[in-house]
Amino acid sequence: MKSHVWRPLYVVIAFIVGILVFRFFYVPNDFGSGKRGFMYSYHRKSNEAEWKKQPAKYGVTGKERMHEYCSACHSAVVKVRNEKYHGVIPCEDCHGPALNHPEAPEKLGIDRSRELCLRCHTSLPYTTSERKRIPGIDPKTHNAGEQCVLCHNPHNPRLEDMK
Amino acid sequence: MVEQIVQHAMEVHGEAWTIKELFVLPNEYIYWSIQIVMYPFMTGLVAGAFVLSSLYHVFGVEKLKEIARFSLVFSFALLPVAMMPLLLHLQQPFRGINVMMTPHFTSAIAAFGFVFSTYGCIVATELWLVYRKHFVVTALELKAQKNRGMVDSLRLMIFTGLTLGAWDISHEAIEKDHKACKIMAAIGIPVACFLHGYAGFIFGSVKANALWMTPLMPVIFICSAVVSGVALCILCYVIVQEFRKIMAKRKISRWAKDADAPTVEELEGAKHMEVMMASNYLLYFMIAALTLEILDLIFRGYTQVKSWDILREVIMERDFFKIFILQYAIGNVLPFLMMALPGRTVRRTTIATVLVLFGVFMMRYNVVIGGQAFSLSFAGFMDYHLPIIPHNLETYKEGLFGALTVAATPFVLFYFINKFLPAFLKEESTH
Amino acid sequence: MERRDFLKKCVMVVVGASVPLSALTFVDPKKVLAANPDIQWAFLVDTNKCVGCGFCVKACKVENDIPLDANVTRTWVERYVYTKDDRRYVDSPKGALNGYTESRIDLGKGEFKEIDPKNVGKAFFVPKLCNHCSTPPCTQVCPVGATYKTDDGVVLVDRSWCIGCGYCIMACPYAARFFHPVLHVADKCTFCYHRLSKGLDSACVNACPFGARRMGNIHDINDPITQIIMNERVGVLKDEFGTKPQAFYIGLAQEVR
Repeated sequence: MKSHVWRPLYVVIAFIVGILVFRFFYVPNDFGSGKRGFMYSYHRKSNEAEWKKQPAKYGVTGKERMHEYCSACHSAVVKVRNEKYHGVIPCEDCHGPALNHPEAPEKLGIDRSRELCLRCHTSLPYTTSERKRIPGIDPKTHNAGEQCVLCHNPHNPRLEDMK
Repeated sequence: MVEQIVQHAMEVHGEAWTIKELFVLPNEYIYWSIQIVMYPFMTGLVAGAFVLSSLYHVFGVEKLKEIARFSLVFSFALLPVAMMPLLLHLQQPFRGINVMMTPHFTSAIAAFGFVFSTYGCIVATELWLVYRKHFVVTALELKAQKNRGMVDSLRLMIFTGLTLGAWDISHEAIEKDHKACKIMAAIGIPVACFLHGYAGFIFGSVKANALWMTPLMPVIFICSAVVSGVALCILCYVIVQEFRKIMAKRKISRWAKDADAPTVEELEGAKHMEVMMASNYLLYFMIAALTLEILDLIFRGYTQVKSWDILREVIMERDFFKIFILQYAIGNVLPFLMMALPGRTVRRTTIATVLVLFGVFMMRYNVVIGGQAFSLSFAGFMDYHLPIIPHNLETYKEGLFGALTVAATPFVLFYFINKFLPAFLKEESTH
Repeated sequence: MERRDFLKKCVMVVVGASVPLSALTFVDPKKVLAANPDIQWAFLVDTNKCVGCGFCVKACKVENDIPLDANVTRTWVERYVYTKDDRRYVDSPKGALNGYTESRIDLGKGEFKEIDPKNVGKAFFVPKLCNHCSTPPCTQVCPVGATYKTDDGVVLVDRSWCIGCGYCIMACPYAARFFHPVLHVADKCTFCYHRLSKGLDSACVNACPFGARRMGNIHDINDPITQIIMNERVGVLKDEFGTKPQAFYIGLAQEVR
């Protein structure tokens, strides 16, 4: 090892040591493999907790629980709904995410737009799809430009129940 | 159409240069664009340049002596540039160091940092061994100077540092350098091939992409890398020699005024010999590269698996001009004939190398962009529109000017590196 | 060697060889763990129930802070229309963020195709999302360990470690990944991991009025979706890639890729 030709090797070793020292301070110490092994689950462990910590925007889940929750204040509206019709739609689809309602926000912004209703009620000629069971209209001819809620009750759209 | 998309309120990465046709999945864009075309092209040049220099150092092909030293220095100048397109394309370039910090070795990209650094060390070591005598001689000369200006003092410091404290330039010591250099070059060849072969692996191992996924990809990449590297070295060598001829004629440079400076005739003779020899190697590697590429194409067409319908439309119809005219005809067949036909001259070879470089670039383009030209749904297509006038940082980085920046950098670096590692030294200073 | 010694040794060899091989195999901790009823999240899509309203897409984007007007989405709904003269049309304008309110098919490049209602054969909608594969190619190719599969089977991205190379996006055969338009890191469906850990359903499951999307623990034999996956004919997308998807589909067609 006396020969001078080894000198570049010393420089390289110095470099490697430098990088390793830097790595020691740079890499979070919870980096490692999970149950799935190195190939599929090499990661920073604390990241899982970070994802879990994210706040949820949409409220309680499941139709029953949601209706239960909402009817605490809005029981009249919840009672009107009909399981066969719009009763299947979760309240938050039209009323927006509950967040911490009724504390914050105190009032939810309701989407009364025609486009919201058209998501399901545009007539599409797809007889083999579930879409055929939903009454559909041609948006261009059926009271174009008007809000649907002017005539239809969104909580129970059955025309017979409207009166 | 493109302008409309650009003005969109919330632009998604890839939206500025991707045009979708028929059914393309909502999240599909050409995510890997021109910089990823530049990346294998530039690494290919590095690897090829190194292989050319090794032909002399390892196998002792004496005729390549001058071009070998030149290509070693040039490969060093190209080295940082192989990394540049990758950094420019990263969405989080400042986290690029993570690849070295927490390498996930099941990823082909994770090896990049290590293979690249190893390769860099090998090239640097080889250069040090070749130029050690030059460092020592220059440092001693500068030391001997009585009144050193600012510049010379700085040069003395740098050259003293470059010697790494090894001042022995006796005949035995230089012989040791010579031997060590040979060993480094021998180690360097497989590492250079690995550096580029694995760039092919990055693409070849993506099972989701029907065009990329083939075990031939790394081999094709190595062959075309050597082709492009050798071609660039010949081209640059010819250009530099022409400049030196002009300088020798007019005696405008410092070295040209030296008493023992090479004459115009000497330069011309050296150039002719080196170019002829190197272009033979270029031909051999071109045959290998072309054979493999055609084999891949024939195999796909013959086996006709599920993806063939859409691949055929991309290869034979949509990208026909880019693949068969630009890449194969102009980039491969034409230069091949130019070099293979009898009566080859330096000028003809030089033009051929330009075409070869273009052909290899088009091959990278057709692989990288062509692989993203069709949807994963096999029912739609994506068209790539290279951003020319940049609207923001992203369209600069992933546009024409970003690519030109990458292409120009090695020449700028070569200029500065050449100040310390002169690529055209007379015999006495190096081995 | 004496005859008695020889016989003795022979007997020993025979006895030794007859020890059941199974007694000597090592216990694989991974297999034992997999047999335990731990949590393994899986998704079930019933394409027969989907009407293409796109409430799931909207809810997902709102819940997970993906800008509504950005043309990328963690989940989307595709429309498949087959005509009686055997032509197939597929589209998913804006990932069905606003549902399907027009009968014409989006052909891209600003072109549309109106199909004669009398010519429509079968037509259906297919919701898509990350399949949270058992052997995800995206996590395999991440060079820095910024995307990974959790022990309960969800594939996540570490937003503070991702370098944005896009290799995972390239490696995903389902195009479930994209670059987040604001954060500039790879992004994808998380099965609403934050909601799961609070005992809530994911935003898309929650928003679906028709029960086309469901989630459950596939390691729990009593879970309703485990029952369906066990007892009914379900399929997965692109199984030829060997990714072992954990999103199961009822009513798949050959053209759904």
